[in-house]
Amino acid sequence: MVRSSLKDEIVQITCRVNGKTYQGAAEPRTLLVYFLRDELNLTGTHVGCDTGHCGACTILMDGKTVKSCMLLAVQAQDADITTVEGLAKDNKLHPIQEAFWENHGLQCGYCTPGMLMSSLFLLQRNPDPTEEEIRRGIEGNLCRCTGYVNIVKSVKAAGEKMRESGKASGKISK
Amino acid sequence: MTPKKFDYYAPTSLREAIKILHTKDDAKVLAGGQSLLALMKLRLATPSVLVDITRINDDLSFVKRGKDSLILGSLTPHDVIERNETIKKLFPILADAASKIGDQQIRNRGTVGGSCCHADPAADLPTAMTALDPLFVVRGPKRERSIPCAKFFVDTFTTSVSKDEILTEIRIPLLPRNSGSAYIKHSRREGDFAIVGVGAAVILDSKGVCKDVRISLGAVAPTPIRAKSSEKYLKGKKLNESAIGEAAEKANEEADPPSDMHGSREYRLAMIKVFTRRTLNLAVSRAK
Ligand SMILES: Cc1cc2nc3c(=O)[nH]c(=O)nc-3n(C[C@H](O)[C@H](O)[C@H](O)COP(=O)(O)OP(=O)(O)OC[C@H]3O[C@@H](n4cnc5c(N)ncnc54)[C@H](O)[C@@H]3O)c2cc1C
Ligand code: FES
Ligand code: FES
Repeated sequence: MVRSSLKDEIVQITCRVNGKTYQGAAEPRTLLVYFLRDELNLTGTHVGCDTGHCGACTILMDGKTVKSCMLLAVQAQDADITTVEGLAKDNKLHPIQEAFWENHGLQCGYCTPGMLMSSLFLLQRNPDPTEEEIRRGIEGNLCRCTGYVNIVKSVKAAGEKMRESGKASGKISK
Repeated sequence: MTPKKFDYYAPTSLREAIKILHTKDDAKVLAGGQSLLALMKLRLATPSVLVDITRINDDLSFVKRGKDSLILGSLTPHDVIERNETIKKLFPILADAASKIGDQQIRNRGTVGGSCCHADPAADLPTAMTALDPLFVVRGPKRERSIPCAKFFVDTFTTSVSKDEILTEIRIPLLPRNSGSAYIKHSRREGDFAIVGVGAAVILDSKGVCKDVRISLGAVAPTPIRAKSSEKYLKGKKLNESAIGEAAEKANEEADPPSDMHGSREYRLAMIKVFTRRTLNLAVSRAK
């Protein structure tokens, strides 16, 4: 069967975000990041460039990091999405968030949601990355404040925390 | 930035997808979207119909070892090409190229077929492919056909795939024993497009003499090209430092590079030599 939506149609999109089922409306041309922010009111995901370069809009879709400004909202139909809002559980920060806090991994915080999602993807795949692997893992996330040194430190520390608490077990498939 | 309005179709079979492409005017295939959506947001592309092929049930994302070729499904993501063990073993040149594309998020979403159909002369996988001389298998409304690599890339952003055809797989002939392959990208910053990209596949005999070699250059002409004078020079020679150095000196003879903000024509002509030497050395070191 062909799912189709014509130019001026408003489409209803259903997807799971942070474990909850959401429904919202979008035009076929609406970018996923604006659907998340403006329609689902999940404003933790930021827009830095809108051209696919900065990584502030990074989310996990079906287990993999993507830049949500480089996808259409209609492509998220039935998808399983994690945004930065899904990291903390029961009022407790995720170990990656704690590590960024403790190691001054952020200044203005604009890049942070994307940085956290890329760090999560990296650590799920590679629980004990070297400095080089960390730098490569966050290559698609630009930060104008920190100079990256403390971000790298934070990811390293987050890896340690996650290994200790055995959280790195939820492996991402290839 | 928002793209111009378009009709969106998400067919679940190849047949349906081809039918829509065939019957609708101004329709375009949407694969990973990592080039097409960028162009649409800038309004450099304004298709009136998008056919999203990522929902079709026919399997287009795979790496298969056939009897005499390695077959890649067109929707295989860059990230899989970079990490797949069979590719790393048989064609490290492809893993080299995929690993240098953009960043992790782009590699998760972008596809090998999309990169080849987009045909940016500075893109990494098209250049690497050009050193491997594969067949591009495309399906249209009436039939399937195989396009040889030399006929696939026609001009900048232009291939010989027609508007109602979909690239389904890429068949790469296996290299014999004693062969090695490599790709090296030269860019100022990680994640940038190549200023010069060089691919090489060398086939040696048991004494280390070059039986056959293909050298491909990216970002130095409207399509990826082969450095034919260097290839000719190397055939039948022992691939030692002096032969490789001499071949590298000839590598820019067929190139006609542009000058742009990433590098002048002169700079690119000089870098072709440097990176041809390095890539040949790496390919030879991998030959076994
Ligand atoms: C920030 C950023 C950095 C990047 N850096 C690099 C880089 O360093 N090196 C590099 O090589 N690339 C780079 N890219 C481009 C990236 O590799 C894209 O993934 C690739 O060029 C296109 O693949 P896609 O699957 O996303 O295709 P799409 O964007 O979906 O499609 C591209 C074109 O091909 C056509 N098409 C796609 N699939 C098919 C098919 N199966 N049959 C027929 N037509 C098809 C589409 O209609 C469209 O015209 C970058 C992109 C971004 C956003
Ligand atoms: S807003 Fe998506 S990459 Fe910058
Ligand atoms: S903390 Fe300000 S952009 Fe990274």
